[in-house]
Amino acid sequence: MIKKVRQHINQNEPLLFENSSPGKRGYQLPPLDVPAVDAAKVLGAQNTRAEIEGFPEVSEVEAIRHFTRLSTQNYAIDLGLYPLGSCTMKYNPRVNEQVARIEGLAWAHPYHPESLTQGILAVMGELEKMLLEITGMDAVTLQPAAGAHGEFTGILLIRALLESRGNPRKKILIPDSAHGTNPATATMAGYSVENIKSNDRGMVDVESLARAVDDDVAALMITNPNTLGVFEQNITRIAEIMHAKGAMVYMDGANMNALVGIARPGDFGVDVMHLNLHKTFSTPHGGGGPGSGPVAVKRQLVPFLPKPRLRQIGGQWSWNYDLPQSIGRVRAFYGNIGMHVRALAYIMAHGGDGLRNATMDAVLNANYIRALIGDYYVLPHKAPTMHECVFSDERQAKLGVRTGDIAKRLIDYGFHPYTVSFPLIVQGAMMIEPTETESKAELDLFVDALISIAKEIEENPEMVLKAPHNTRTSRVDETTAARKPIVRWKPN
Amino acid sequence: MLSAIGVNSLEELFAYLPPEVRLDRPLDIAAGKSEYEIVDYFRDRGEDGANGYASFLGAGVYNHYRPVLVDTVVSRGEFLTSYTPYQAEIAQGTLTTIFEFQTMICQLTGMEVANASMYDGSTAVPEAAMMALRVTGRDRILVSRTVHPEYREVLRTYAQHQGMPVEEFGYARDAGTLDIADLESKIDNQTAAVIIQSPNFFGIVEDVRQAAEIAHRHGALLIFVFTEAVSLGLLEPPRDADIVAGELQSFAISPSYGGPFAGIIATKEKFMRQIPGRLVGETKDTRGNRAFCLTLATREQHIRREKATSNICTNQALIALMATVFMTVYGKEGLRELAGQNLAKAHYLAGKVPLRFSGPFFNEFVAATNGRTPEQVNDALLKKKIIGGLPLKRFYPELENGMLWCATEMSRREKMDAVAEVFAK
Amino acid sequence: MYPANCHYTEEHEWVRVEGDIGVVGITHHAQQELGDIVYVDLPKVGGTVERGKTLASVESVKAVSDVYAPVSGEVVEVNSLLAASPEKLNEDPHGDAWLVKIKLSAPSEIKQLLTAEDYQKYVGAEKSKH
Repeated sequence: MIKKVRQHINQNEPLLFENSSPGKRGYQLPPLDVPAVDAAKVLGAQNTRAEIEGFPEVSEVEAIRHFTRLSTQNYAIDLGLYPLGSCTMKYNPRVNEQVARIEGLAWAHPYHPESLTQGILAVMGELEKMLLEITGMDAVTLQPAAGAHGEFTGILLIRALLESRGNPRKKILIPDSAHGTNPATATMAGYSVENIKSNDRGMVDVESLARAVDDDVAALMITNPNTLGVFEQNITRIAEIMHAKGAMVYMDGANMNALVGIARPGDFGVDVMHLNLHKTFSTPHGGGGPGSGPVAVKRQLVPFLPKPRLRQIGGQWSWNYDLPQSIGRVRAFYGNIGMHVRALAYIMAHGGDGLRNATMDAVLNANYIRALIGDYYVLPHKAPTMHECVFSDERQAKLGVRTGDIAKRLIDYGFHPYTVSFPLIVQGAMMIEPTETESKAELDLFVDALISIAKEIEENPEMVLKAPHNTRTSRVDETTAARKPIVRWKPN
Repeated sequence: MLSAIGVNSLEELFAYLPPEVRLDRPLDIAAGKSEYEIVDYFRDRGEDGANGYASFLGAGVYNHYRPVLVDTVVSRGEFLTSYTPYQAEIAQGTLTTIFEFQTMICQLTGMEVANASMYDGSTAVPEAAMMALRVTGRDRILVSRTVHPEYREVLRTYAQHQGMPVEEFGYARDAGTLDIADLESKIDNQTAAVIIQSPNFFGIVEDVRQAAEIAHRHGALLIFVFTEAVSLGLLEPPRDADIVAGELQSFAISPSYGGPFAGIIATKEKFMRQIPGRLVGETKDTRGNRAFCLTLATREQHIRREKATSNICTNQALIALMATVFMTVYGKEGLRELAGQNLAKAHYLAGKVPLRFSGPFFNEFVAATNGRTPEQVNDALLKKKIIGGLPLKRFYPELENGMLWCATEMSRREKMDAVAEVFAK
Repeated sequence: MYPANCHYTEEHEWVRVEGDIGVVGITHHAQQELGDIVYVDLPKVGGTVERGKTLASVESVKAVSDVYAPVSGEVVEVNSLLAASPEKLNEDPHGDAWLVKIKLSAPSEIKQLLTAEDYQKYVGAEKSKH
């Protein structure tokens, strides 16, 4: 029996544009308390438009029903386990949402006088302090808007430091297990990319790394624990090799949820790293953002940090723009402040011990899943698991069922799938990260589902290939979408 | 759970880590706090702010009313706590709203394709510039000095290591509009794009058609930037532009001291494959029902890696949803009426102060503080609990007495009269 | 399966010589490995290509693969059919869905390519490795 899923009410929802009727409105504006102005007259008739053609015209009730109905077509953490590997889909505490909406914080304008923004600046200052304690680094900028934006910032910092030493160098080394953002970032910062092969334990091969490092190498971008959920055991040795050649170590902090309170990148040789507040520090993913990607650095990189930098003099917070060596701004204003508020609330709620406990529970949960499904799916890399485990569809592929199909069948069991086909070094990867916020009961349901699917594949692979069966939308034709792209609604 | 794994303690799960990487002490972070204490802490920080002040600041971040429906919708856990919609079968909610968002951005801007959002307006600009390089095969970027100064700083940061020289051209000293002669003298056959903003940083509406004509005559693209999205309720959309890069903060997104906001990039269909970021497309499911999914993903970093159009991954989906709800609530009539109110309020205030420029403006304008410094004006206003305009000297040394003012539908007449009084003294 | 009048590469391209022109495409094996092809990015007519360098790219929903030039020369024509109907590359990779025509600048390069028979063997050996 499928424990979690039953057929749900299935209603179709037209698009807003199809639901519009001329003249309908869902807004109210107060009457103007100043004389009206003729737009064509003051702006010029050629500069004004008649109407926004096709724009929605619906009532307030129609609007709220539309979005509420659509919301029921989404899966979400609030509905259950969301085990996307490397995405750290943990529970998003609602108190964070509430405090981010406090008027004095949410309605602060970035150009308000500093005397009227001491509260929000104190929040940012406090978050900086916490992140430094957690990472063991010397300084942090909160400006980058997301992880990839943080990577870009970090690599620019490395470039600026090396340039100040006379040679920016040419290459960035990136392990073959890395996120796609890493090579894309290196290119945007003007570097070429050289891939480093992982060894059979799924770790960076120290020998081949040592051979690859020469005077052209600016940095290694490493994820630790890596995308297999494996801690790079040789990380201090790796850092020594890089540093001996005058190169830097950049750490992608996507998997920091495995380390908080246990180990600090600043203590194991990392020079620059970014954090994903929307992963480790529970700010909501919101269907794909907003995120926030603070970048923490060691002392030698501090002069190059983006401007402005937050400082506190005599108890007063202010912005320092006098930074001649800074790489400049990576974003207007000061960053995704609303996310900073939420992340600080998360850290305060946990405290030092709570953060460490969260890490330990995250690792416990991943190891629990690994232990229970190990008889049914192939685990290609046997090194100890931290916060996520990566299986392969090897056994199931022989029966014609691939990781993407197993993922779709999981949906029928009421779960969001794991991360599919990543990292690329694992054939048919199934990358599972449960996070610490899942109970044993939820994990057991998930394990039951995966075991049940493994059996279904033996008995009736065809059925699995056609999954999902229980959703209001069946398998979606992505091929036609890409061949004949329709990316906006048009009237018939 | 421990016995299923085969260990005796949680600590054992970490025992294999090299001792030199282990943190051998507890984190120096105070013990966990209750919900009440947390709310209390942030409420106190909020009090140490500008509560109770009226503000006339704009300059890329605007005070607009946020309809209650916006928070109602984005507080739904199904939107708030979901991930990027890779699994289309259980993400039709997010996918459908993004498809509607893309459509509305096209309707608003006169473009044919819009992406699912960028981090913000300032980062959308360099992304648009890089896109122009890919389209034209050229490398020079010409940007107007009337584009938001912080956006131009971000553009320079992005450009410096991509073989993308960025040069600025000026503005007409009296009108505050593009200096066309300067543009003509600097554009050449290596110019990939000309970047303009309208309403520009001074609030002035530019002649987009003329700028486009010059750019196109030299085989360059025109990139149109906007920071005040409400203006598009009244202004002719930039149909002659090739790429539109903008900021949607005005659409129900609280100022939040500068973020999170949502940027957009929109363009012509023929450039669709060069657009950065996520795109949602329409298709069908196996039962033949309409469905949506992420599409043209091969442009993106997770597939094309070092050859991707951008490294962008996480964008601003929830903020884009806020803008979508805002556009829905106001709709066709409402956005126009809202823009009309902004225009009226700004012109009311502008009528009471000396103007620096003569060009047509929407809801922002530059006032000249004759005989006093902008700081003196602002100090006098602060005593009345009014935050005045932005002194422009920090961005434009030549506009020493210039202040950028913004009035929106939220600006009350009596506060504007109070500003006028201070100016009149 | 693989036409005998064509020459092949280990990267799964084929070339058919017609006078001083080489017609280039990808093999049936290549299209099968790629899955549903959704987009073909072809070079500009008039450009020159060098043997072994990237000539075009072929995209499925979740992958991009480079196509390498099997011969050097000038691109004289690209297959306009593929812009609107990329699926043809799945349906008829050795016929209608050729990619580009190259005016050969070093016709002797052909001799270094595989015959249909050799390619068939090569593909068979590759398959059994999996």
